Amino acid sequence: MKISELRPELFLIADWIENHSKVLDLGCGDGSFLAALQKEKKVIGYGIEIDIDNIKACVDHNVNVIQSNIDDGLSDFENDSFDYVIMSQTIQAVHHPHKTIDDMLRVGRQGIITFPNMGNWKCRVQLALGKMPITEYLPHSWYDTPNIHMCTIKDFDLLCATRDINIKKRATLNAQHEKIIGMPLFPNLRAEIAVYKINRTRSD
Amino acid sequence: MISKMKDNQNTKSVGLVAPQTSIIQDPLVLDSGETIKSYEICYETYGTLNATGSNAVLICHALSGDHHAAGYHHTDDRKPGWWDNCIGPSRPIDTNKFFVVCPNNLGGCGGSTGPLSKNPSTRKNYGPDFPIVTVRDWVESQSKLADELGIKSWAAVMGGSLGGMQAMQWSLDYPKRVRNAVIIAAAPKLSTQNIAFNEISRQAILADPNFKHGHYNEANIAPTNGLKLARMIGHVTYLSDDGLHAKFGRERLDKNTGFGFDAEFEVESYLQYQGETFVNRFDANTYLLMTRSLDYFDPAQNHNDDLRATMAQASAKFLVISFSSDWRFSPARSREIVRALLHSNKDVSYCEIESDFGHDSFLLPIPDYHQILTKYFQGIAV
Repeated sequence: MKISELRPELFLIADWIENHSKVLDLGCGDGSFLAALQKEKKVIGYGIEIDIDNIKACVDHNVNVIQSNIDDGLSDFENDSFDYVIMSQTIQAVHHPHKTIDDMLRVGRQGIITFPNMGNWKCRVQLALGKMPITEYLPHSWYDTPNIHMCTIKDFDLLCATRDINIKKRATLNAQHEKIIGMPLFPNLRAEIAVYKINRTRSD
Repeated sequence: MISKMKDNQNTKSVGLVAPQTSIIQDPLVLDSGETIKSYEICYETYGTLNATGSNAVLICHALSGDHHAAGYHHTDDRKPGWWDNCIGPSRPIDTNKFFVVCPNNLGGCGGSTGPLSKNPSTRKNYGPDFPIVTVRDWVESQSKLADELGIKSWAAVMGGSLGGMQAMQWSLDYPKRVRNAVIIAAAPKLSTQNIAFNEISRQAILADPNFKHGHYNEANIAPTNGLKLARMIGHVTYLSDDGLHAKFGRERLDKNTGFGFDAEFEVESYLQYQGETFVNRFDANTYLLMTRSLDYFDPAQNHNDDLRATMAQASAKFLVISFSSDWRFSPARSREIVRALLHSNKDVSYCEIESDFGHDSFLLPIPDYHQILTKYFQGIAV
């Protein structure tokens, strides 16, 4: 698969990644994103996955994959050993998002995170009507969902502010999965998906 | 589970095979400082070496294995080679694509030069005088076999347990000759507990009155009780508690309690059977030597015990596999290898296969395990 054929937020992330960099993809799925990055951006890539069928798919895609549970931490990886650590549509499914982000920024010089924005108007309408939201990006029932830590764009901004995390870039995708261009009005209301590039100022 | 493990009907065994022997005249200077002037390596091959010699896969055997990895020697053989489920047409190591070589290790008792061979200087069997060989010595002797066969570089070197250690050593000693290293249910060195179990096994053999300081063959006897006990101990450590429970529970051979020490529980008779069949095919001196070779394996030793600096020498791509219930070489031990490889940006994939069958899982056709191997080997360019 080519980068241009990937999910829109992955297409956007790929644009933020420099050629020949070293990339760790947390929850890398079938490895098609890393495979495309390897091919078109010449990155050194590793994926982390827990699901055995996804691991088979990664091996099939010729992608380095390490079977691991992200909730157990990234102890296999050394400090500053990656240019980018990516977590796409996974943060909402981990047990301790703030700890996972700390680990991402320990291992990687930069972190890239995408998540479904719970602040989106569709979610708000459903909540206003008294129901937990179900959308294209959040298709599960409340009782049977891997998504245990939902947040809004505002929530994520606050998390970064309180934990000394710098937001280097932010992009939002609307319901049509198009990038919302320029300084968008009411991003927390309009965005279906949020994409962040973050880092932490090192004391050394 | 068992029915799921049955052969996929589209795959075939390699069929009838015959071992071959290569006589190597090049003296081999061993880690111990001793020299073996010439030696024979007994091996089997499956599939066909292509014109460029780029499709060769080396299979390294474990403690009690030998060169007979796949197929049958006779039409009436009860069992095929020890890794038959993994090697053959359309099997994970597809012999339509690969030329597979499996040698018996030097010091073994399957046909390569070892304690059962004639010592040219004494014209008697080596017996206990066969020098202790190390994993590095095996790699060296296998590299001579590769030269003989015209194989400049292996598409893959692969093994489980002690075989995985050989694959690891190959990637370090001959980085340019190994394109892929497949390390299964292995460890970068034995743990204290591993060495302890080996020592109990060795003491069982050494304490057998028939051992005669290793010269039992000359007296036409064998330390069968000791070797049987060694195998029984080893066998328990290759299985898991859950696996044993699932297989035997507390089932008894007879519902009456005997109030004696004959085998009453099924697990007892199973272990005794495992021990008895083993002594018919294995040599006690080789067992001692192989366990010692396991104890000594520690490639990081020459690099200030830094496994990361050690693995940095490799240039192969790695596949590392462990099994959830393996407590002899636990998943944590495989992860040590993976972590060291990640340090120097080596290509590596790792997975831990769910299995109740302990260390022996690497020999079983567990679907997830074989599917990963299949996809990995399909991706190897030849």
